[in-house]
Amino acid sequence: MAAKPRVKVPKSAAAGDVITIKSLISHKMESGVRKDSDGNTIPRDIINNFTAAFDGEVFFSVDIDPAVSANPYLEFPARVDKAGTFTFTWTDDAGVVITHEQDIALKS
Amino acid sequence: MHSSPHPGRRRLLGTAAAAAVVAFFGTSGRGFAAVEDVEKAIGEFGGGAEAVDGMITLTTPEIAENGNSVPVAFTVESPMTEDSYVESVMILASDNPSPEVATFHFTPQSGEAKASTRMRLAKTQDVVAVAKMSDGTLHRTSANVKVTIGGCGG
Repeated sequence: MAAKPRVKVPKSAAAGDVITIKSLISHKMESGVRKDSDGNTIPRDIINNFTAAFDGEVFFSVDIDPAVSANPYLEFPARVDKAGTFTFTWTDDAGVVITHEQDIALKS
Repeated sequence: MHSSPHPGRRRLLGTAAAAAVVAFFGTSGRGFAAVEDVEKAIGEFGGGAEAVDGMITLTTPEIAENGNSVPVAFTVESPMTEDSYVESVMILASDNPSPEVATFHFTPQSGEAKASTRMRLAKTQDVVAVAKMSDGTLHRTSANVKVTIGGCGG
């Protein structure tokens, strides 16, 4: 699959805060309806799924269709109750999974 | 057309973008999604429940300069507790080659039922958001987005 994902997660939050997470990954998201110069359909090749987990438990996911733009951008919330580790995954049509982790601390 | 910096995700690419959108969605003669496709997708998503208006705030630009990258955001009112939360929100583009854009799945741990992304719109059309709650009820709303192709105006 593609390049390294970039994810923006606050370094810390107060218990009970709802934070905003922003994620971006480079991928051309070939929709499967385009044709090449010979008139052949260029096969579909997209990231079709994204998940966000906290300490191993998925709390948010997206089923992604070809209408999502290239270099898919996703912004979504998460309620932080304790310090821990976020794990994000992107899966493409070939079944390749890219994973990215980020820790968050609790504000004292 | 002039480009101006804009904080956030929109990129102004001018008429090259217009050509790219047409090329992107192809000239295969497949046609665009019919109303029936949208309603069928919503029916499958909602398990046949009747969708009522409201609860969803859908944010899209009135005019999208670049159909390849149109920002879309939504918020659904909900306490997001175990007893009452938003399970899923589906975004559809009623006049794209196929209507589904993305389906977002939430849990109470989300804290709020909201999300943003960027989508491809083949032409001026209605964007529809449908929300399925944990009690099975369905809400929907829509917004029209003008997609400029080949210059000014829709």
